[in-house]
Amino acid sequence: MPKITYTQPDGVQSVVDVNEGDSVMRGAVLNGVPGIVAQCGGGASCGTCHVYVDENNTKPLPEMHPVEDELLHCTSSPRQDNSRLSCQLPVSAELDGLVVHVPETQI
Amino acid sequence: MSVVVIGAGQAGCQAAVSLREQGYRGPVTIVGDENVPPYQRPPLTKAYLAGDVDLDGVLVRPESFYAAHGIDLVLGDPAAAIAREDREVVLRSGLALRYSHLVLATGARPRTLPGALTLRTVADAEVLRERLHRPARALVIGAGFVGLEFAAVARTKGHEVTVVEALPRALARSVSPIVADHVVARHQERGVRVLLGAELSAPERGNADLVVAGIGVVPNVALAEDAGLTVDDGVVVDAHLRTDDPFIYAIGDCASFSSAFAGARIRLESVQNAMDQAACVAAGIMGSAEPYTAVPWFWSDQYDMKLQIAGITRGHDRTEVDGDPSSGRFAVYCYRGDRLLGVECVNKPAAFVQTRRRLAERQEFSVA
Ligand SMILES: Cc1cc2nc3c(=O)[nH]c(=O)nc-3n(C[C@H](O)[C@H](O)[C@H](O)COP(=O)(O)OP(=O)(O)OC[C@H]3O[C@@H](n4cnc5c(N)ncnc54)[C@H](O)[C@@H]3O)c2cc1C
Ligand code: FES
Repeated sequence: MPKITYTQPDGVQSVVDVNEGDSVMRGAVLNGVPGIVAQCGGGASCGTCHVYVDENNTKPLPEMHPVEDELLHCTSSPRQDNSRLSCQLPVSAELDGLVVHVPETQI
Repeated sequence: MSVVVIGAGQAGCQAAVSLREQGYRGPVTIVGDENVPPYQRPPLTKAYLAGDVDLDGVLVRPESFYAAHGIDLVLGDPAAAIAREDREVVLRSGLALRYSHLVLATGARPRTLPGALTLRTVADAEVLRERLHRPARALVIGAGFVGLEFAAVARTKGHEVTVVEALPRALARSVSPIVADHVVARHQERGVRVLLGAELSAPERGNADLVVAGIGVVPNVALAEDAGLTVDDGVVVDAHLRTDDPFIYAIGDCASFSSAFAGARIRLESVQNAMDQAACVAAGIMGSAEPYTAVPWFWSDQYDMKLQIAGITRGHDRTEVDGDPSSGRFAVYCYRGDRLLGVECVNKPAAFVQTRRRLAERQEFSVA
């Protein structure tokens, strides 16, 4: 199973096995990684699954859908170039080793 | 300390999860009457009904999560009584659980009509999903979110669908007429018959081979009432979501609380409310009580329409529309006097997140 690393604002890391096909969001929720609220359960409706993809990332991520782009429009932790909604990042073998950073706040 | 949560829905589950996230180390038990671990209800009229996900895909946490996090999950065994003097909950099986803090998260149940199916539980959704495998002439009674979402999925699957609503407009409790009319028009374009302000006629009913009632819910308050707690529509709680018994909280669909956003005592039926109230109560139990002030928000997906509502727009006396409804992408800002109550967005997520932020900031400002 691909491994995804979630880094908390205080630096604490969780390395989690995520099923292929599950999203980076679902991987966090199923494994009790805090800070990814995901109120809408992955429907690209809430914008509370914001993460920062590690700056050194070289793994291929899907293009951003306009809805995701809009939901990231007004995040409470400032949007950066590496901001994504983790429910829109499906995990595949190619993403094995992906590192994402959990923001301070979600709403 | 020992925390017992009654109701294994999204609120109850989140209460236990938030306690653990906030560092609580004592025992916590969730008691549920359904036979399945806590799951998300929104997909029941969306992806689950459409057949795109199964039970595993809608569970709030995998079944193994609970034991791994020291959360006792007692399923299929409803709480029968609360003995407040002994701080004890007795389940139908006779099992008695002592608590230092009790959280009521008993949710709500659908209003029923003779001969009509309802859609609240995964068991209900399973029946309807199965039924939609064969051609159906579906009659939906009630043009609320649940009824309209069901109608959208059934119609997309090619079934004949009629929606009958007694009130003169759809979603009357929830959104402005502009948005309601827009939603109804999208249903009609797809071939759904929508009868507003209509009495349900016998021929209409006779013509249908699948009748679904979406006529609202009633909160599950019997347990609280029997225990002598104040109930007024929902279980009455204070700003910290405590009932009149300081050791008993109520959250989610079953709780009636004073909302600064509504300017009144209300119950909210939304995932946001269930999850945020759960987190608020967990903090209270951990000794860092803050009043509940989270911004209410809601979403609904029908066809290619993404509806998102921030704030509570009911009771507005003025609207400002941003965008052209005929483009299928617009936002309706709702005001009472000068005060922005909230926004209703159709395929305009940016307006939604922006307004939710704005309302949250205003709230912080007024509490501080
Ligand atoms: C079909 C459908 C679609 C929805 N779509 C959306 C949406 O798109 N967006 C949104 O924000 N919200 C939506 N909602 C609303 C949202 O799902 C609810 O607000 C939320 O589930 C409330 O959570 P809760 O835990 O308070 O209550 P519930 O989910 O009702 O859970 C309460 C649980 O407690 C159990 N219980 C009751 N009494 C007892 C007892 N004595 N002992 C043990 N257990 C007991 C109940 O059986 C139930 O399992 C939808 C709801 C439905 C039904
Ligand atoms: S979980 Fe709601 S937008 Fe990602």
